[in-house]
Amino acid sequence: MSVLVYTENWDGKFKKLSFELVSYASKVAEMLNTTATALSIGNVEEAELQKLGNFGVKKIIHARIDGLNILDNQAYTKTIADIATKEGATVLVLSNNNTGKALAPRLSVRLKAGIGSGVGKLPLGVDPFVVYKRAYSGNAFAHLTIKTPIRILTLAQNSFGLIEKNAGAALENLSVQVDGTLVKTTVKEVQKLTGKILLTDADIVVSGGRGMKSPDNWGPLVELADLLGAATACSRPVSDEGWRGHEEHTGQTGKIIAPILYIAIGISGATQHLAGVSSSKYIVAVNTDKDAPIFEAAQFGIVGDAQKVLPKLVEAVKEMKAR
Amino acid sequence: MKLLVCISNVPDTTTKVKFVDDNKKFDETGVQWVINPWDELSLTRALEMKDDPASGIKTVTIAHVGSATAEPTIRKALAIGADDAIRVNAVPADAYYVASQLAEVVRTEKFDLVMCGIESSDHNGSLVGGMLAELLDFPSVSAVSYLKIENGQAIINREIDGGKEIVSVPFPFVAIVQKGIAKEPRIAAMRGIMMARTKPIKVVEPVNIESFTEVTGFEMPKPRAACRFIDAENVKQLIEVLQNEAKVI
Repeated sequence: MSVLVYTENWDGKFKKLSFELVSYASKVAEMLNTTATALSIGNVEEAELQKLGNFGVKKIIHARIDGLNILDNQAYTKTIADIATKEGATVLVLSNNNTGKALAPRLSVRLKAGIGSGVGKLPLGVDPFVVYKRAYSGNAFAHLTIKTPIRILTLAQNSFGLIEKNAGAALENLSVQVDGTLVKTTVKEVQKLTGKILLTDADIVVSGGRGMKSPDNWGPLVELADLLGAATACSRPVSDEGWRGHEEHTGQTGKIIAPILYIAIGISGATQHLAGVSSSKYIVAVNTDKDAPIFEAAQFGIVGDAQKVLPKLVEAVKEMKAR
Repeated sequence: MKLLVCISNVPDTTTKVKFVDDNKKFDETGVQWVINPWDELSLTRALEMKDDPASGIKTVTIAHVGSATAEPTIRKALAIGADDAIRVNAVPADAYYVASQLAEVVRTEKFDLVMCGIESSDHNGSLVGGMLAELLDFPSVSAVSYLKIENGQAIINREIDGGKEIVSVPFPFVAIVQKGIAKEPRIAAMRGIMMARTKPIKVVEPVNIESFTEVTGFEMPKPRAACRFIDAENVKQLIEVLQNEAKVI
């Protein structure tokens, strides 16, 4: 019995979400009186792998797969499932990001393991095994009882935080052979957004809505984001109009984010928008309409026009930084 | 080429969510039911592809697992332009149950491409598409924001953290689609609504499957504290509060 956590890497590096996942898995293991093992697949240097050991895992498995350097859902599923079985894992933890969403359901079928997806905190109990998860697009939370002996949990990003604990992790190198005929995915081209803070990774997000009036008015918003080290986002009408790219759309059908601070500029806060941002720790809203629903979700609000307030915010942040 | 679009029947996204039976059951009183938003985009893209003769798509079929009360939602999908529909007559117990029923439909009717929305707006599971692919041993591509079929080949964009990849997989496969797959959902025209009345909805009985999970209760989010308003002339104060009180910048 153990808890196995799959930690994806990005060009050989881990992110905050990887350490959050490991922290979470270690705590789940404690609840089950067992230990957690991290699984990394692909080329990652030893010093980077050791970082996972700072968050409570007892063992780190580094699997190198010959002939597989792209995400093929079938090949990855088979690899992870085989290792989970070999390790006797009774709980498998993945992120609820795109990779987790691609692999977890396939692993669920393969391991006959019930799955709690997008969990936001530790299981409510382990016997029976009940998890707490987002439902109705953030308008409620469900208690989901997982009835199978093996369980899979996918953790919502930024929902748990980091818990440092050095459990003296042992590193185990594994060489895995994948049957080439299993790999069906061909990647023809990779397009990466460079030099930008990723929306899903950002601690602070500055977001603009229809109240920005025109795509030409985004300058001060972007400046504010740069000053705060924040990512930029937008509401659905803004991305539908093509004022900003759809990768910036936060909301029910766009990205679901949970930053520490979400600054909504000229966003009225329709249910569908709030569904994507309501897990933010703090919400600040700037809107001309004092009755806009965004103020019901926000802790701090300014009633005012985006064009007038934004430059003042930029000034105030500059002053703060100069101090 | 035969295309299957799986749809879920969900409460309208503006529904005020409430529960009954000691917070164990969703309160359906007065609820408007709609096609799950991601599935609606998926259907739209399926029909756009069928409109293009180069895609080779001959039929677009709807599959739904649910009781007869979902028929208006299925009719709507037919009115938008799907050719026919299959309803598995069962109460969806969990994602694994639904995926298992859909797998049976695909095995029986032999589809070349299955499209599923990445998430449903009620259970927010993001599970059915991937489970279905594994049950069928089909390739799957998740977070698909563009899909085109040309010369018998699928051209797919999949979203990754911080960008996208242009990928291809052989047929048959499952495409799990997200925002971007279609610009706006296609709306049913009067002619479509008339035609939908006579389009076939085949009802099949479920296969016997034990679910993996069970929802045993719901709770509402904790209400947030009232908003503290700061004067628009005193923006500095907001920054001070965020820095010294909330300590977030």
